[in-house]
Amino acid sequence: MAAVRFIARLDVKGPNLVKGVHLEGLRVLGKPEDFARHYYENGIDELIFMDVVASLYGRNSLLDIIRKTSSEIFIPLSVGGGLRSIEDIRAVLAAGADKVCLNTAAIANPELVREASRCFGSSTIVVSIEAIRQPDGSYEAYTDNGRQKTGVEAVGWARRAAELGAGEIMITSVDREGTGQGYDLALTKSVASAVDIPVIACGGAGRKEHVGDAVTQGWANAVGVASLLHYNVLDVVGGTGSYEEEGNIEYLKGRRGFSHVERSSLGEIKEYLRGLGLECR
Amino acid sequence: MSAVEKASRPRVAIVNFGMGNLFSVRQACLRAGLEPSITSKKAELLEADGVILPGVGAFGRAMETLREQGLVSVLKDLAAAGRPFMGICLGLQLLFDESIEFGRHEGMAIFAGQVVRLEPGIGPAGRPLKIPEIGWKPLRPPSGRGWDGSLLEGLPEGAHMYFVHSFHALAAKSESVLAITPFGDMNYCAAVQQGRLFACQFHPERSGPVGLKVYENFRKMILSGR
Repeated sequence: MAAVRFIARLDVKGPNLVKGVHLEGLRVLGKPEDFARHYYENGIDELIFMDVVASLYGRNSLLDIIRKTSSEIFIPLSVGGGLRSIEDIRAVLAAGADKVCLNTAAIANPELVREASRCFGSSTIVVSIEAIRQPDGSYEAYTDNGRQKTGVEAVGWARRAAELGAGEIMITSVDREGTGQGYDLALTKSVASAVDIPVIACGGAGRKEHVGDAVTQGWANAVGVASLLHYNVLDVVGGTGSYEEEGNIEYLKGRRGFSHVERSSLGEIKEYLRGLGLECR
Repeated sequence: MSAVEKASRPRVAIVNFGMGNLFSVRQACLRAGLEPSITSKKAELLEADGVILPGVGAFGRAMETLREQGLVSVLKDLAAAGRPFMGICLGLQLLFDESIEFGRHEGMAIFAGQVVRLEPGIGPAGRPLKIPEIGWKPLRPPSGRGWDGSLLEGLPEGAHMYFVHSFHALAAKSESVLAITPFGDMNYCAAVQQGRLFACQFHPERSGPVGLKVYENFRKMILSGR
């Protein structure tokens, strides 16, 4: 079995790294390239760039950030957010990404998953599912950063995406995202036991114990982390340069602590997991 | 570039057969002091100081494309002649006799053995083993073999490399196996080397600093043979 994979999830808006709560209320934290380099140098296993405003081809576009990052980091890099077609996927891969995450376009047109996995190989295609728990206990897939209902049941969609040729499922609990309350373990385990392909748990990590739970109780193969690491490295790499162009920079000016997470370094988290008998790189 | 710099940056041909992302292989070459060109031209392969055969995707289609491009015999000749050669992922599998991925497909038969599917099973603490296997796994030498003089020279035993695959090679001759990695209760072949022909199931260009070391060792191998 492969080691637990730590994936730093970098939400990108224009030229900036941002972070919200429930995927909303985005704060600017710094430059994605700086955070990416820092995580690479400190032993992160993989990076995901999520373009929260889906601006693939604009000025200062995601493609520029991918090009810059992928020429100086030598670990897998995934990119998602607003990819709608085979051409979009090709453009992102040509800029140096190793994998793409599909959400909105895949739900609108599941055949895109089949076509993309035939074209680029299954292991290149990650289907990202952003789920919200419903009053009856089921989970529904949402799109547009958790704003748009789809009527699609999340676990069934994961199974179908795997049949269509997805190589991995990334499951995000919108309810937990940015809250630091821990991954939704029931959701993660439902998806992990429904599919034979690896599952990445996302949304909610606020303490190192949460990461351990995602693997031992949620059966996640990989964990996406953002706040848990971002706020810890802000002092090292955050808040340099100019930020007039985009987003809410009040947080960077004030630098009040972020109380929802217990700041941790990657080394501390890995040490904790090894103590649980889990293999880490 | 001065003549001295040029001489110390060996030219490496990255074989382009339309499968897989060659961007990261090229970047790793540049970082390791190699001068890469992405090509499917016979002449460029023959002139290069070393050859890299990368690849992601299906075995059958890959062999078909290489045959159409007329590259199979060129690659076999280069490997036989001792030209420094590195196969990566599918590029390792293609060097074996045959694969049973979606039917039976003949490979280049440079290494004896078959490419077979990883079977799902139960891993540690009852958690399922997932296919494709995606992630970082430790390398160990098979008993009785060290890594000195190989492309893994200088790596600590247990170094983790990044793997993405659903199939693996069963080498018929154990002496060609350079490294193994565990899967469930078995080990499979993670790297092979025979003379100056090296191939690995993992992606050294996506395995951080220890992966880049493999590219640096490839450069050393090329320079030492001049």
